[in-house]
Amino acid sequence: MASTTTTTPAKTDKPRMSQMALQEQRWGRLFVAAPFVGFCLFSAFPIVFAFVASLSNWTGTNSVFANFCGLNNYIELFTDARFWKTVGTTIIYMTGIPIGMILGLLIATAMNRRIPGVKILRTMYYVPVISSLVAVAILWAWVFNYDFGLLNLIIKALTGAKGPNWLGDEAWIKVAMIIFMVWKGLGTSVILYLSGLQNIPRDYYEAATIDGATGWQAFKNITIPLVSPVTFYLLITGIIGGFQVFVEVSVMTTNGGINYSAATVVYYLWDKAFKHQQMGYGAAMAFILAIIIFIVTAINFKGQDKWVKTID
Amino acid sequence: MAAKVSSGGVQSKGSRALDKVLFVVLALGAVIMVFPLFYMIMCSFMTKNQILSADFSIIPNPWKGGMYSEVLHKGLFLSGIRNSLTVAVPVLLVGGFTSSLAAFSFAKLRFKGREQMFLALLATMMIPFAVVMIPQYVMFTKIGWTNSLLPLIVPGLFGNVSIIFFLRQNLSGIPNDMVDAAKIDGCSFFQIYYKVFLPMMKGALMTQIILWFMGIWNDYLAPTIFVQDEKWYTLQVVIRSFNDQYAVNSNYPLIMAASVIAMLPTLLLFFFFQRYIIESMALSGVKG
Repeated sequence: MASTTTTTPAKTDKPRMSQMALQEQRWGRLFVAAPFVGFCLFSAFPIVFAFVASLSNWTGTNSVFANFCGLNNYIELFTDARFWKTVGTTIIYMTGIPIGMILGLLIATAMNRRIPGVKILRTMYYVPVISSLVAVAILWAWVFNYDFGLLNLIIKALTGAKGPNWLGDEAWIKVAMIIFMVWKGLGTSVILYLSGLQNIPRDYYEAATIDGATGWQAFKNITIPLVSPVTFYLLITGIIGGFQVFVEVSVMTTNGGINYSAATVVYYLWDKAFKHQQMGYGAAMAFILAIIIFIVTAINFKGQDKWVKTID
Repeated sequence: MAAKVSSGGVQSKGSRALDKVLFVVLALGAVIMVFPLFYMIMCSFMTKNQILSADFSIIPNPWKGGMYSEVLHKGLFLSGIRNSLTVAVPVLLVGGFTSSLAAFSFAKLRFKGREQMFLALLATMMIPFAVVMIPQYVMFTKIGWTNSLLPLIVPGLFGNVSIIFFLRQNLSGIPNDMVDAAKIDGCSFFQIYYKVFLPMMKGALMTQIILWFMGIWNDYLAPTIFVQDEKWYTLQVVIRSFNDQYAVNSNYPLIMAASVIAMLPTLLLFFFFQRYIIESMALSGVKG
């Protein structure tokens, strides 16, 4: 601290701050005041309020406390078949995460060789990521159109047979959503893996070649372990984002698809809270969701020592 | 498949051939990635008849640019653009300032409770928006903000946690002596931020603000919940309502034209600032 300039040791023992340090403390706190107030108003208070509301048959307009119902909302949730269905669909969509990671790593590995035009290729893979989600969801809903959609027109031109009813079938709609999500997010894995690969020292591979390792062995034993921090990051952000899928369902389907087959947890939550004014129930669902996300993320962080390596 | 294994000798011939194959595969993949977007632009120039024909065609025949002028004459579309900008400009100016000031303070100033406050802010990044959106909605209704853009503007003015986090990392590499030296020169703490550290984080801050702009411009969930009156719809909500409205009579050229315009600003920003955006993305992934 600034007080170390005093030469009398007896005084510095006391935890009193110098004038300068006190000033620094004041200004320091003032400078972080805005985000901190924002945190209290728009995060901390709403969370506490959401928890209290989740214990009530709250509609958003009635009194939270007069309609207190204890854990009823949570108990009801556990027997709500529709809730579990949306949980299942949300998890099915997450199969897109490993697909995107594997494709991303393969593409990045190929790009990391001396390939001409890497910058342009990289940009092309990345464009969907920065495109407006609503706009591309509208686009893909059209691409998946049963009669006139691009995909089925191509399938018909190639095979002569009619393609599946992508958005009108309970199973195909999930495939369609996964295809869309992988397309939208692939660029992120490509870019992150590419920068991860560029950090691997070349002599690692040279040493492996001298030792007689094949290309596959080098890939398995050098590349995959050394890009594991990127894999970890993609996994964590993918799961956290995956649990919160909403816009895709909202834009590409009407009312969550046939038999609610495309609806995710957040879609159901939004449906309950804002379409049916069951805000207490929605809040309970949001809390369960937050807890699931927290637990899965915590497990991931715990497990990371086992497989996430770093370049020393 | 290992990266850069082969750099000469016996292998190079086969490896060069492999490079060629890989280039073709990568280029094909890249074309597949951008093809839907290309198709979107083509559709926006087609006639309804062409789009609804069972034959596969990509090139508009005839070319019709009329949808763009039709879209640009729709009041709802124009007010959507205006509303999105009305949200973005104050948020980026004020929020960019509060975020960078806080990042400077968290990185360089010493005060009690600094780490705890920072951790509290970081924790909010883990909280799903779904948890806070219900109480926020009721809050905004109670104070009568749902008939305005305020629910989309005000929270942003207080700063953005991921930007604070990113800039703080960015500043942590700069030696603390800089602060002490500036103090000796008689700078106030605000001057230290403004004259010494703001110029240093200018590049990183600009990139983050561009990314934030893209986030605001493309945001859909918050506007759709907090804004009820059509007159305050942001652009994304507008194109979504166009989709509902015009898909019924299959006016896809109009929907596609509106979507193309809605995507344009973020695409242009990306092409201009590509290098910085990709760098900053890669940094957040590798440093985690």
